[in-house]
This record gives sequence, C-alpha cells and structure tokens, in this order.
Amino acid sequence: MASDTIYEMDPAPPPGAALKSARVVIYRHSRVVRLTHWANVVLISLLLMSGLQIFNAHPRLYWGEYGADADHPWLELTALKPNSDRPVGVTRVGRFQFRTDGVLGVSRGGDGQFTQRGFPRWATLPGYQDLATGRRWHFFLVWLFVANGLAYLIFGAVNGHFRRDLAPTGDQIKPRNILRSIGDHIRLRHARGEEAKSYNVLQKLTYLVVIFIILPLMVITGLTMSPGMDAAAPWLLSLLGGRQSARSIHFITANLIVLFVIVHVVEVFLAGVVNEIRSMITGRYVIEAEDKA
Amino acid sequence: MIHQRVSRRAMIGTGAAGLGGLLLAGCDRLSNSPKFQSFVGSAEDLTFPAQRALLVGQPLAREYPASMISPVFKSNGTSMPGSPAYKALLEGGFADYHLAIGGLVRRPMRFSFDDLKAMPTRTQITRHDCVEGWSAIGQWTGVRLSRLLATVGLAPQARYAVFYCADDMDGSTDGSGQYYESIDLFDAFHPQTILAHSLNGKFLDAAHGAPLRLRVERQLGYKMAKYVMHIQLVDTVHGIKSGKGGYWEDRGYDWYAGI
Repeated sequence: MASDTIYEMDPAPPPGAALKSARVVIYRHSRVVRLTHWANVVLISLLLMSGLQIFNAHPRLYWGEYGADADHPWLELTALKPNSDRPVGVTRVGRFQFRTDGVLGVSRGGDGQFTQRGFPRWATLPGYQDLATGRRWHFFLVWLFVANGLAYLIFGAVNGHFRRDLAPTGDQIKPRNILRSIGDHIRLRHARGEEAKSYNVLQKLTYLVVIFIILPLMVITGLTMSPGMDAAAPWLLSLLGGRQSARSIHFITANLIVLFVIVHVVEVFLAGVVNEIRSMITGRYVIEAEDKA
Repeated sequence: MIHQRVSRRAMIGTGAAGLGGLLLAGCDRLSNSPKFQSFVGSAEDLTFPAQRALLVGQPLAREYPASMISPVFKSNGTSMPGSPAYKALLEGGFADYHLAIGGLVRRPMRFSFDDLKAMPTRTQITRHDCVEGWSAIGQWTGVRLSRLLATVGLAPQARYAVFYCADDMDGSTDGSGQYYESIDLFDAFHPQTILAHSLNGKFLDAAHGAPLRLRVERQLGYKMAKYVMHIQLVDTVHGIKSGKGGYWEDRGYDWYAGI
C-alpha cells in the first residue's frame, strides 16, 4: 500500500511551520482495485434496479419453499382500495402496516396516474413495467458482475491485498481498540498521519463482510432461485431453507448492499470527498501531517 | 466562501440528479430498442449451455413429501379457455378429446383421454416456480412424455416438441394469441417430464389446465403449457408463429427458462 510513498512539500513553507504543511502522498489503491471498484458501481446499480423490476412482478416475500397469493408473506408492497380511482400504497412487514404511498405500493406511472406497483419507476430498470426486459438486463449484468468479482478475488489473494489491506492487525482486533474505533466513528473523527495510511478496524471488518459474505450470498441466493440450478445442486437450496427463503435473503442482502453504499458514500464525504475519489481514480491519496489537526 | 461552497455543492447535486435522470431515460430507450434487447438477451447463450453442462447427468428436480403441498395451488394465465370447442369438451368430461402427435414422427397418432388415463403414470410432488417469483408445491400425475414419443417414434431430424394449447391468452379470436410452447429432446425425455392429467389426486380443473398440462420440472412455469391439444415434432421452431418457440418467448421472455 505505502510502497512508493511520495513526499511533497508546499512551496516556501513559512519558517517554523515546515511540519505543519507537510503532505504525504501515498499510493493507496492498485489499478485492479480501482477498475473493479468502478465496474461494481455501474454493475451493482443496474443489477439493483433490474432486480427491483423483477421483484415488482410479485412484490411479496415468504419464508420456506413455497409462497403465492394464498400464502402468508412476511413483506408485502400493496395498495389499499386497489380498484378505486386513487389507490393508497402501503408496505406490510409482518403484522405492521406503513403508509408508503407515492413510493412503495402505489406510485405515479409514466402517464402521471397513480398506479399499483411495488417500487416506483425511478428505481427500476426499465422504468416501465416489463419483467422480460428486466430479467434480460439482470441475467446479462450478473455474468459481468461475477467475472469482475472473480478477477478481484483472485487478485486480492495473489497480490496480498486481502492480507495487507483488509485483514485487521492483532492490535486492531483487540476489544479496546474496536470500542475506540466505534467512538471515533460516532464523533466523526477521521484518522490522520500514520494512522490514515491503513484502514481502521471497522472499515476492514465492513469490507470483509461485504466482500466475503454479502456479495457471495447475493450470487448464491440468485442461483438457487433457478429451477435448473436447484436440480443440479439441491443441497444449496437446503442450506438456504427453500426457494422462497432464498428469494427473501436475496432481497435482504440487496438492501444491506444499499445500506453499505449509503454509509460508504457518507464516509467518503466526511473524510474528504476530493481526496477519497481521487485516490479511487488515480490511486494517490494525500495524508495530512498529524499535527495539522 | 461558505456561500460559494454551498452553491457549488447544490450545483453538483442538481447536476448529479440531472445526470441520473438522463441515464434512466437512456436506459429506458435502450431497453426499448430491439437491437439492445437481443444484445442483453445474448446472455442466454451463456446461461443455457452453462446450465446444460451442470444438468448433463439428468438429475431430477427435488420431490417433496405430501406434507409440504401448498394449501392452494395458484392458477395463473388463462383460467378458462374462451372457445366454444373447449367448453364443449369440458362439459363432456373430455370424452371427445384427442391428443394428436404429429410432425417429424414415424406414426402420427391420436390418443383419447381414456387411452391416456389407462397408461402407466408417474406421480411427483414438485415445486412450480413462476417467472413472476412465486412458488407452489403440488402433486402431479400423468403419462411420461418419453413414453408417448417412443410410441409414435421420432424421425431422425426431430429436435423439438411443440405443444399447441386450447387457450387464447389475450382473448383474440384470430389465433394470434394461442398459447404454445416448445422444449428440446433433452427435456422431453427427462423422467419427470410428464403430461399431467391430475393435480393432488384429482383430475385437473379448467383453471389448472384440463385435460392435460405439460410438466417440465427444471424450468419455470411458463414452459408448462396447459390445455395441451396437439404435439408436433419439429427440427426448428423458427417457422412457427413469431419464431421464438413459445407464447411468452414471442413476447420477450427467454426460450430457456431454467433460470
């Protein structure tokens, strides 16, 4: 990570303030990490939106092997007064019902009329209701997503990216230091100086969970919704507790990815949006000297 | 300075929202273009052989215990074919029904409903997965398609079995909305591929496809044509209707529905 550290000095530092204006530029992200990262930005966005299009064809989720209209869903996006001039969108989770009109359950269609549909047109791909095209997008993109993910995983293992950048150090993993990191995050305090050269422990753990648990689970639950795959590898479906459970987990993990992206982007803004985005484009990341804080 | 920063941020925000809107509109325009549709649809050329490679040993789809049968088996698509001819067959208990098998076969034949009921059957409790996302488990009983195909004998050029149905999905009367489906011989000769006459121990009702419904257990529900009247063996599906091999395929869905 910090193999080719470049030291830059601001021109003509005022006397006695040399340290204060010292900037350290490190090479933070390798080319493979940067390329696969931006490919993921595009692919996951489009996979999410085409996935919501597919979800909209039956906006109810169940646990177990089967589930259809007569069975009990744990999540449902639906409408009150569905046959009236103005249906009202609601979301039901278990026994609870929330009014989500205008966004979930009922939203404006292309003609401006309120119509019953799970997710609104701005969240789905394509925007209009078209399951066949949504599936085509989804199953096209997922091949690219898997290829991109495999390239990243192979690189991360071979090049040492996982061991060097993502595995928490023995010191970091101590409960005291994890608590301290939680405190730092709550107070929105960001690392400076030497500490900023590596990821903090919460960051590492989050990346590890996303890379090794959530994204693979996304692919596995996607595969087990395929009746062809279920005949080829029935044990996978047993592991997940049935086809409708797989569909539910697929939806939940998709939501966890959205949650991760929101936190990730907020942190990018808090930590310095220009520096962070530049480091993911050029690889170079500027670290302010410690006593500048 | 602060003011300037806020306005810059606002500008970036507006720009991002505008760009997002343009991208969405662009995606919709792409989605509408037949060329692009067939481009993203080309993933089927990867998915289909990949799944076939995994299914080369012809594994069975999972069969469930009777305790797991869905309380209500959802009926989708047509629930009652509109034609007078079908209504007459239904009212007569399908005494006048015949399943015709022709095309690239050695001996084109017709089987009455009584013929079919008298044949050895296979019973399987399987999960039906609809392309929309829901699933239902039911017990199906019927004649193995491989048995019927062996009886009529296939011509060497035969590659696909096409199933013509009694229902007009879109209510049209000119035949353009007639439901039909096709499978290749890999699935046609699979042990679980049956022409079911019973669901959960009773003869099929009209909503579930009486008198005969195809079961192709390793694919999605739209492959499992209801109200099967006629089976034709062909070397290619391209000359039939819009040429994509099925009612939903002609309307944008993939011919291979194992995913």
